[in-house]
Amino acid sequence: MADAVHIPDEAETRARWGAFAWTAENAEQAKKVIARYPAGRQQSAVMPLLDLAQRQVGADTQTNGWLPVPVMEYIADQLEMPYMRVYEVATFYTMYNLAPVGRYHVQVCGTTPCMLRGSDDVFSACKNKGLVKGGTTPDGLFTLSEVECLGACTNAPMVQINDDNFEDLTYDSMSAILDDLAAGKQPKIGPQIERQTSCPEGGPSTLKEMVSENHDYRGDWA
Amino acid sequence: MPKVKVDGVELEVPAGATVLQACELAGKEIPRFCYHERLSIAGNCRMCLVEVKPGPPKPQASCALPASEGQEIRTDSEMVKKAREGVMEFLLINHPLDCPICDQGGECDLQDQSVAYGKGTSRFDENKRAVTEKYMGPIVKTVMTRCIQCTRCVRFAEEVAGVPEIGAIGRGENMQITTYLERAAKSELSGNVVDLCPVGALTSKPYAFEARPWELKKTHAIDVMDAVGTNIRLDSRGRQVLRAVPRINDDVNEEWASDKTRHNVDGLVRKRLDKPFVRKDGKLVEATWAEAFAAVAAVKHGGSVAALAGDLLDCETMFAGKALVEKLGGSMLEGRQTGLAYDVSSLSAVNFNTTLAGLETADAILLVGTNLRWEAPLVNTRIRKAIKKGAKVFAIGPQVDLTYKVEWLGNDASLLAKLPEAVVEAFGKAARPALIAGGGILAKDGAHGDTLALVETLGLIKDGWNGYNVLHFAASRMGGLMLGYATQGGIKAVAAAKPKLLFSLGADEVDYSAFENSFKVYVGHHGDKGAHAADVILPGASYAEKAGTYVNLEGRVQRGEKAVFAPGDAREDWSILRALSEVLGAKLPFDSFEQLRAEMAKAVPALGQEGLADYGWSAPSLPTGASGEFGSPIKDFYLTNAICRASPTMQQCSAELVHGETYAEAAE
Amino acid sequence: MSDVIAPLADKDRIFTNVYGFQDWGIDAAMKRGDWDNTKKLLEIGQDEIIERIKASGLRGRGGAGFPTGMKWSFMPKESKDGRPSFLVINADESEPGSCKDREIVRHDPHKLLEGALIAGFAMRARAAYIYIRGEFIYEAKVLFAAVEQAYEKGFLGKNACGSGYDFDVFVHRGAGAYICGEETAQIESIEGKKGQPRLKPPFPAGAGLYGCPTTVNNVESIAVGPTILRRSPEWFASFGRENNKGTKLFQISGHVNKPCVVEESMGISFKELIDRHCGGIRGGWDNLLAVIPGGSSVPLVPAKEIMDAPMDFDGLRALGSGLGTAAVIVMDKSTDIVRAISRLSYFYKHESCGQCTPCREGTGWMWRVMERLRSGEADISEIDMLQQVTKQVEGHTICALGDAAAWPIQGLIRHFRPEIERRINENKGSAPVMEAAE
Repeated sequence: MADAVHIPDEAETRARWGAFAWTAENAEQAKKVIARYPAGRQQSAVMPLLDLAQRQVGADTQTNGWLPVPVMEYIADQLEMPYMRVYEVATFYTMYNLAPVGRYHVQVCGTTPCMLRGSDDVFSACKNKGLVKGGTTPDGLFTLSEVECLGACTNAPMVQINDDNFEDLTYDSMSAILDDLAAGKQPKIGPQIERQTSCPEGGPSTLKEMVSENHDYRGDWA
Repeated sequence: MPKVKVDGVELEVPAGATVLQACELAGKEIPRFCYHERLSIAGNCRMCLVEVKPGPPKPQASCALPASEGQEIRTDSEMVKKAREGVMEFLLINHPLDCPICDQGGECDLQDQSVAYGKGTSRFDENKRAVTEKYMGPIVKTVMTRCIQCTRCVRFAEEVAGVPEIGAIGRGENMQITTYLERAAKSELSGNVVDLCPVGALTSKPYAFEARPWELKKTHAIDVMDAVGTNIRLDSRGRQVLRAVPRINDDVNEEWASDKTRHNVDGLVRKRLDKPFVRKDGKLVEATWAEAFAAVAAVKHGGSVAALAGDLLDCETMFAGKALVEKLGGSMLEGRQTGLAYDVSSLSAVNFNTTLAGLETADAILLVGTNLRWEAPLVNTRIRKAIKKGAKVFAIGPQVDLTYKVEWLGNDASLLAKLPEAVVEAFGKAARPALIAGGGILAKDGAHGDTLALVETLGLIKDGWNGYNVLHFAASRMGGLMLGYATQGGIKAVAAAKPKLLFSLGADEVDYSAFENSFKVYVGHHGDKGAHAADVILPGASYAEKAGTYVNLEGRVQRGEKAVFAPGDAREDWSILRALSEVLGAKLPFDSFEQLRAEMAKAVPALGQEGLADYGWSAPSLPTGASGEFGSPIKDFYLTNAICRASPTMQQCSAELVHGETYAEAAE
Repeated sequence: MSDVIAPLADKDRIFTNVYGFQDWGIDAAMKRGDWDNTKKLLEIGQDEIIERIKASGLRGRGGAGFPTGMKWSFMPKESKDGRPSFLVINADESEPGSCKDREIVRHDPHKLLEGALIAGFAMRARAAYIYIRGEFIYEAKVLFAAVEQAYEKGFLGKNACGSGYDFDVFVHRGAGAYICGEETAQIESIEGKKGQPRLKPPFPAGAGLYGCPTTVNNVESIAVGPTILRRSPEWFASFGRENNKGTKLFQISGHVNKPCVVEESMGISFKELIDRHCGGIRGGWDNLLAVIPGGSSVPLVPAKEIMDAPMDFDGLRALGSGLGTAAVIVMDKSTDIVRAISRLSYFYKHESCGQCTPCREGTGWMWRVMERLRSGEADISEIDMLQQVTKQVEGHTICALGDAAAWPIQGLIRHFRPEIERRINENKGSAPVMEAAE
């Protein structure tokens, strides 16, 4: 069978999430989001609201969140959308989790630029720590996914874990990150080598003044 | 009117036409799967590719491209052929090619077009995709592996049925068509997706594995499940109707049919009356025709004779019944079985004057006491179209989900006399305002008069426009009224007259306790309420088993043909009445169906001519001042007459869709 | 073969905080020259701004290279039916290899916002929606905050920059779909639907977001606008070659010694770009195998052809490839080239929206054949068959994703056919001969 969307047992999900409602803070945020779009175009808010809901579910469950069906219906009702249209959106975009994930959602980029720089090693590091693609570790800590290009190709290979990017990885640095997370420590976000963002390793080849001061180049304009 | 060239031939096409339409006007057949005249354009199947200059040097989807002045279109070039062959190959690589076990076989667009564009062999050396079946309800069977993702069903559900419960989830090669959480699509029009599906992904569940299309005899008929007069084709094999499908008639049903229209047919072979019966010692026992006729002849009626007409009757049966009653010295005729007694002095005041096609051009609509979705689903779809063009809809009556936005004014008949300012204002601005008085108003004293009074107040009649509409839901109603099946005071008055001999012509909705002392002769086809109460049963023919003239709710005279023979000893109703008349010594003046028709046309000329009958316009002055709540005359859409009550499919629809019972699918 | 392109001087770099050494915030940005009397730029006038953008030779930085000024000029000069116009800024950077918009958004967001105001004003838009890909979580946070800063200063919103023009900027986050980088899919997505490209016509400039006239521009195209106006179209046009003007953010990934994002002059030769900024090819220039010069969608170019090629639209088109987003993916001789391309085929299969037949069915087929070519479990004839399948997809789809999925494979077959054949032959040699009698 094709990769059918596997929806967790409906009765159980409804029992657990049937009473879902925004927290006061998120209710406020939802209102703000809807206000970004013209009146009568509230459907536009469906993506941000699904994200908001997934985060709220995540906070509730101490995981990276997912979207139970009753939660989608809650949003559909708020936006006056047919349930089916919300469901379509939720199944179309990859960032909506349709089933529970672990505390950390480890999303390793496997697309060519990362592959060229060693994403295989990153996967090996995950595997060695007991992470399985598409699965959650028995302790509920890690869910591993292979994802497509996350747009950090000059810092390849990279992984996104929950909201943070970890870049310029090696087998060792990836292992260390997983160890830190498992131990409840916050690993350093961004490049795992001595490097400023996407600047060439070892220091910039251009705009060197910017390293130490907020240089204004307009003085040099002819 | 742009001029274009199609394969070298220049022609002028209507403004706004697409390239595909231009090609069709030029007589070129354009293959397509996703495109459908009555749905929005999706452009996703890519089968209709043509070459168009000026334009990019690649083939264009003709369904989505507007035809414009000076275009040179080629449908026959090598590029076009190759492109279509390429698309066909893609459609087939993941298609199971299980035509031998597919119900669509023989009427499958994919099958047909692969003859023209298929390769004959496959280069696809990978595993084919398999997709799990999706539950869509009691009407639609799914084999989703066959789906080619054309999204016609998705668009139909959203646009026409107004029930956006079908969608395409996931993406890429994993995109799947499904109902929401694989629940039944709650639509009374769901069967139409079976016709729309260009492959065998969505087929008819009740018709599964019944027949191949080439085995079927196809008969043009008129549906009797409601008063719309849906044009249908009855497909039969031997003596059994296996399915009913809509024919295209833009004035009536467009291309659609309700699920009841499509799937009552399995009721035609159940609970049938196939032998005459005579009541002896309180019990109905089988009899010969001669015995049954003799039992009727034994009744000393002294001219106290009446006839009640059922909802499914053709005009010919009613005419013959009327003629017999009159020959026997009686005069009382009634077809309004449930007790309605509205004024019929002007047929125009009880007609759907706007016409069905006209309704979709209305710009302000007031619904009074009606659940259109159940009383006439295909009138409801016309309102959806009107709304798309900008119409505003108000309603008085019990609130129901009509699939579109309605401003509900409340369920209070007295509102008719004091409409809210917003309604009056909207109608004041409207160029084509329409009022639809449904089943609820004819049952309520004063309401008919109140709605007629609104003709003036709301300006419903304008030059070339009559916006006053009464909505009937019995197929026989308008024909019956034209033939005089209405007695002052309604069926109560008939009962009060205590007729000695009562003919019940398929009247299965009557409360027969009011006719305790009448000798009741039931002429009809199902063992339902009428037969249970009868003293003599004369087995007749259903709508599928006789030719007949029907008048729909807008006064449209239509004719249907006979698809199959009635079962057993059952006969066509007119011939029963003709034979009986001889035994009763009141011989009717026609020996053939043609003669009957000619007599009927003499008596009521409008019935002799297909098309809209002209009732003119006159509004009788009727009592007004209705108050209180409107009721809903239809309690269960799927079980409104004897045929559907005998239909297992309709019973299942009722249980599942109206009463919410879930049918657990057997593990397969 | 090409004009000599002088190295770009720091003073001529537009994105001076590209590496984020300094604060992205509005005060720091203003010190670097952003939001400097923007009102004066707006006073140039709507039509004149468009003329100047045209004169600068700026071509869209999102990949297709359509002249930006001309695109803006398609927008209606007045609304005849009361419909507003919209600017949509495409920050859905998802093309494998591309990571420049990310740097603009997280390190120089005010260049983007100032550019949004100017572009929006020039095309008479009532608001801009910036569509940022969902996975740019930190970047979106920065962008939301930067928008707030700009509103606080009165640079956006009612009477933006004191110009008398009202202009709003909203940020809309995606949720993981490459296809939403396609302009009409992006519009669908903002409207709260699945990101499935629309049929064209109608084009967005006629009926786009909410059915209103809309222009969709790449982040970089919008963000360079203010500097072009400040320094003059001639200044911008002084870089690069004819028809390929200006400066450009290059993103070099893969097998170079120091992968990086860097702003350079258009038309810089590949070799110079790598030597000057990336510390050369890993293992030396002799170790270079091939380059995908414009992001995953463009065909690869073998080492010997790319070496001296000018990195611009026409220079790379001449090699049968393209500049795309200037995402340069470098592959040395250690690369399993068939796997590298097969992985891209998987990407396109994964990202196909599923709407139209050739892409939905073709991307999966192509990937599966590619996987077999990778291991050699195929027949030689399947190389030609695959080539034909790519041709059946290319040009037959609603949007360009079909083309993008086809081209990398076509590039591979064109340049590395012997390598594919070698694998098949080797596999045949090693596999036990077990042909069934037929």
